[in-house]
Amino acid sequence: MSPVAWVDNDTSGNKLPNVLIVNPGNGVTQTNLSRYQHRTQPGALKCTCSSDSPWSSNDARLVLEDGSVWPGVSFGAKGTTVREVVFNTSLTGYQEIMTDPSYAGQSVVFTVPHIGNVGINSDDVESKECALGGVIVRSLSSRVSNYRSTSSLDAYLKQQNVVGIAEVDTRALTLRLRDKGALVGVISTDASLSDEQLVEQAKSWSIEGLDMISEVTCEKSYEWKDPSIPEWDFAGVQKEDPLHVVAYDFGIKHNILRRLASHGCRITVVPASTPADEVKSLNPDGIFFSNGPGDPSAVPYAVENAKQLLGEVPVFGICMGHQVLGQAFGGKTFKLKFGHHGGNHPVAYLATGRVEISAQNHNYAVDPSTLPDGVEVTHINLNDGTCAGMACPEKMAISLQYHPEASPGPHDSDPVFQEFVDMMLSKK
Amino acid sequence: LKVPEDDVRVARKGLGVIPSMKRVDTCAAEFEADTPYMYSTYEPGESESRPESSKKVLILGGGPNRIGQGIEFDYCCCHASFSLREIGYDTIMLNSNPETVSTDYDTSSRLYFEPLTVEDVLNVIEVERPEGIIVQFGGQTPLSLATRLQAALEELQIPAASGEGMVKIWGTQPDAIDAAEDRERFEALLNELGIKQPPGGIARSQEEALVIAKRLSYPVMVRPSYVLGGRAMEIVYDDANMERYITTAVEVDPEKPVLVDKYLNNAVEIDVDALCDQYGGVVIGGIMEHIEQAGVHSGDSACSIPSQTIPEESLATIREWTPALARALGVVGLLNIQYAVQEGQVYIIEANPRASRTVPFVSKAIGHPLAKYASLAMAGQSLEEIGLTEEVVPTHVSVKEAVLPFSKFPGADVLLGPEMRSTGEVMGIDADFSMAYAKAQISAGQSLPTDGTVFLSMNDQNKERCIPLAEKLLENGFKLVATEGTAAALKAGGVTAVTPVLKIHEGRPNIGDMIKSDGIQMIVITSSGDSLDAVDGRALRRSALSNEVPLVTTVAGAVATVDAIHAIKSGKKIEMQALQDFFEDA
Repeated sequence: MSPVAWVDNDTSGNKLPNVLIVNPGNGVTQTNLSRYQHRTQPGALKCTCSSDSPWSSNDARLVLEDGSVWPGVSFGAKGTTVREVVFNTSLTGYQEIMTDPSYAGQSVVFTVPHIGNVGINSDDVESKECALGGVIVRSLSSRVSNYRSTSSLDAYLKQQNVVGIAEVDTRALTLRLRDKGALVGVISTDASLSDEQLVEQAKSWSIEGLDMISEVTCEKSYEWKDPSIPEWDFAGVQKEDPLHVVAYDFGIKHNILRRLASHGCRITVVPASTPADEVKSLNPDGIFFSNGPGDPSAVPYAVENAKQLLGEVPVFGICMGHQVLGQAFGGKTFKLKFGHHGGNHPVAYLATGRVEISAQNHNYAVDPSTLPDGVEVTHINLNDGTCAGMACPEKMAISLQYHPEASPGPHDSDPVFQEFVDMMLSKK
Repeated sequence: LKVPEDDVRVARKGLGVIPSMKRVDTCAAEFEADTPYMYSTYEPGESESRPESSKKVLILGGGPNRIGQGIEFDYCCCHASFSLREIGYDTIMLNSNPETVSTDYDTSSRLYFEPLTVEDVLNVIEVERPEGIIVQFGGQTPLSLATRLQAALEELQIPAASGEGMVKIWGTQPDAIDAAEDRERFEALLNELGIKQPPGGIARSQEEALVIAKRLSYPVMVRPSYVLGGRAMEIVYDDANMERYITTAVEVDPEKPVLVDKYLNNAVEIDVDALCDQYGGVVIGGIMEHIEQAGVHSGDSACSIPSQTIPEESLATIREWTPALARALGVVGLLNIQYAVQEGQVYIIEANPRASRTVPFVSKAIGHPLAKYASLAMAGQSLEEIGLTEEVVPTHVSVKEAVLPFSKFPGADVLLGPEMRSTGEVMGIDADFSMAYAKAQISAGQSLPTDGTVFLSMNDQNKERCIPLAEKLLENGFKLVATEGTAAALKAGGVTAVTPVLKIHEGRPNIGDMIKSDGIQMIVITSSGDSLDAVDGRALRRSALSNEVPLVTTVAGAVATVDAIHAIKSGKKIEMQALQDFFEDA
C-alpha cells in the first residue's frame, strides 16, 4: 500500500492528504476521514476511529448551506439545530456571549480556539438563558480553572439545551464565512441523518424576515433588580432620587440595566410589544430601546411604537434599538455580509474625533442615506464606515449600533449612559 | 524511541504529515491581511504562506536571549536583512524570539516565527525554497544546525524558487565550520600554517584529563567542546579541582570530549573580527585588546580599539595569521579569532567562523557596518565592490565595557572568570584611552571615586602585580588599606603607606565594618579561589555590591580604572560627541 493516497482538495485546490493512523500492534490503519478533514462535497459520514484510539470520535457534524460538512466532537446538548452561523472574535467573555439574547436564531463560532477554560458562573449571564442554537469551537477546555466557576460549559449547555461541536477548524470556517457571508448551518449529533438531508435543512431555512424578538422578550413587565453581586459591576453612582427609565425588552442584556442603574436610574422593563400609550402612562423620564435578535425590518410594531414615543421624552437605543429608531425616523436598515461580532471594533465619535474600541454584535445596519434631515450620524465604524450611532436633538434621541455596556468588551463607551442621564435631567 | 531525528522526519513526510503555514493576521481572519508573519502548525486546512518565486535569502536568527547569545547577533541578522533587501533580495527571517528587532514583521520581507531546529528550518526551506541560507549571524544556535542542514540539502536537492540554482547554505560552508571547531582538524591546520597554539590536549575521560594536565602542568583551562559563552569553562589549579570539575561540571565521553589547555598566565587577550569574500579577499575589521587578562571570558571583559599595549611585532603576527587562517578555512562572511599575547609571543586560542558579539562594537568603532558587508560578500560581492579592502585603524579610542547583572542576583559571587556572565555592554569613545575607559565605566553604572580610601586584597598570584597599582593610587591621593598578606607584600615592595585591616573572619573591626560605614570608596580584590575565599571573599564582594562601592576584580581593570580616575582628576571634561561625528562621511 502506498503510504500516501491523495483525496480531496482544500479550498485552494491543493490536494489534502489522507492521514494514516498507526495503531501499535495492528500495523497501519487507513481512514477515509481524518477527524479534522472537511469535505466540499456532501457524502455519507464514515467515522471510523477505533475504540483503542485515545481521542474521542467525531459524533457531530456542522453542515452549511453551501454543502460543506465539518465533522467534530459533540458537547453540551444532543440534537439537531438549524441556525444562521456567525463568528465572534472576542478573546474573552464566552458566557456573556452565549447568554446574549441577540444571538437567538444563530449559532456562534468562536475564533478564539480555547473555550470553556473558566467554566460558568452565576453572575456573568446577560440574560436568564441561552438563546443561541449552537456553539462551534476549536477546542473545548478539558479543565475548568477559575475560582468563580460553578459549572462546566459542557454541563451548562446540556442544561440549556444548546448543541455544541468542538474540534472544528474554526479558522477555515471563519475564512469561509468571511468570503461567503453568514451561512445557514445545521449542527447535528443525529447519525441517522445523511449529509444530504442536513444540507437540505440548511438550505431551506432563513433568518430574514423572522421576528426573533417575540421569542426572547419578557412575558410581562418588571422592575429591574440586579441578581448579581455588586462587586462585579464597575464604578457607579447610586442616586437618592433615581430617574425612571422604561426599557423595551427586545432581548435586553442585563449589563445595560446595570449600567443604567449605576448611573442613577430605576428601570421598568416592558415586553417588546407594549403599546406606546401604556409606556407613556408609566411616566418615564426616558425610554430605552434595547438590543435584540433578528431582522429589524421584521418588527414593524416596535417601529410604530417608537414613532409615537419620539419627542415625548428623551430616548436612547442600543443595537436593535438603534435600528428600530432609525426606521422610526423614516430610514431603512440593510443586512451586513457577516455582521460585526467582537470586542475590538474601532468607532469614531465624529464630534470630537475620539476613537473608542467597542464591543459589537449585530448583523444589520442603518443606511444613513435614508435618514431625514434633523437626524445626524454621530459615530462611524472605522473598519467599514458603517453608521455606528446617530442623534436627533430635536426629538431628544440618541442611539448606538454597538454595545457601550460591553459584557464582554471594553468600557470606552460607558460615558454614553451618563449622556442619557444628563439628557433626562435637563428635561425634568 | 531511540530513533534518530532524521529517520522520524523521513517517516513523517512519507506519511504525508506536513505542517501548514498560518499567518498571524491580528484579526482572527475577519479581514484579508497580508501581514507576512507566519508560523507552522500540524493542522489541516489551507497553508496561508503563498510563497513567491523571487530571489530569496533565509536568515536564521539567534533564538531566545540568554547570556552569551544576546542582541549583538540580532543586530547582525537585522543588518543582513536590510542590506540584502537593498540589493533586491526578499529576506526571510526565521527566529523564535518575540523580543527582538529581527522578529518585527517589517524588518524582513517575511517572518517565520519558528524554533531553530533542523526540522523546523527544513519545513520552511521546503515551502519557501530560498536560494541562500545564512547560518552565521545568529551565533552558535543556528551555526550548530549547519552540518545537518547541509546533509539534508544535499540529499533533498531542492531547486530555488527563483529558478536560479539549488537551495544552499551561503557563506562559510559547514565543513569549514567543523574544521575550525573540531579540535584535531584545527590543530592540524594550525600546524600547517605555522600558527602557534597554547599546548593542550583532548580528554575523553577523567583519567585522560589528569594525564594531560600533568603533562601541561597546572594551571590549565578546561572546557567542553562546542560551547557558547564559555559555559562550564574553568581554570583549574590542581588535581583535586580537576576531579571535581570532571565529575560535576561536565559530561565527558568519547562523543563529547573536554579540551584541556595550558592556561597562559598574565597574557593579554585579543579579539579580531575579519571580513572575507569568496575570492580570497580578507580584511580585518578590528583588533581589540582586552583589558582583563586572559582567563576572563571575552564577553565579560572591557576591550579597546585600537589596542593600547600590544607591541607592533605581535600586531604584525596577528595581521599575518588572520588572513592566512581565513583563506585556509575558506571563510566567506565573518570570522572571529581570539589570540593571547604572553611576553610578546602570540598564541591562537580559538577561531569562530561566524559573526561574533563584538561585530556591532567594531562596526561602530570603525564606522563600517561589517554585518551588512558580510551579507553582501555572501551574496557574491568582492571586497572591492563592497568598499572595504583595508583595515581601518581609528584615531579615536573606543572602549567596550560589559554590564554585569550581579545586583539582580542576591547571593551570586561577583568574580569574573571564563564562564560568561555579562548581560549587556556599553561603549565609551574619546580621543584618549583613559577618558574613553572612564566614559565606558560611567555608562556601565560603575561610579569612579576621585578621592578616599581604596581597599586592596590580592591573591598570591597577584600580590606583586599590585605594587605599581598601589603606587598609582597613592599618587592620585588615595589612602590605602589592605589585608595582612597584601599589606606585607606591598611593604616589601616599597609601598609603606598602607594600613592593614582585618578580614571578616579575623575579628572586629574588620573590612566589612569599614565598607558598611562608608569608609571605603573603591575595592580592588582578586580571589584566591580557595574555600575560605568562597565564603569570606564572597561576602566581602557582595557587601561592596550592596553598599554600592565600586569593585574591581582584576588588576588590569584596576590599572585602567586608576588611569581613568587620573584623567578625570586632571581636569579633563567628559564631553559627549555623537557617534557619527567621529567619521567624516557618516
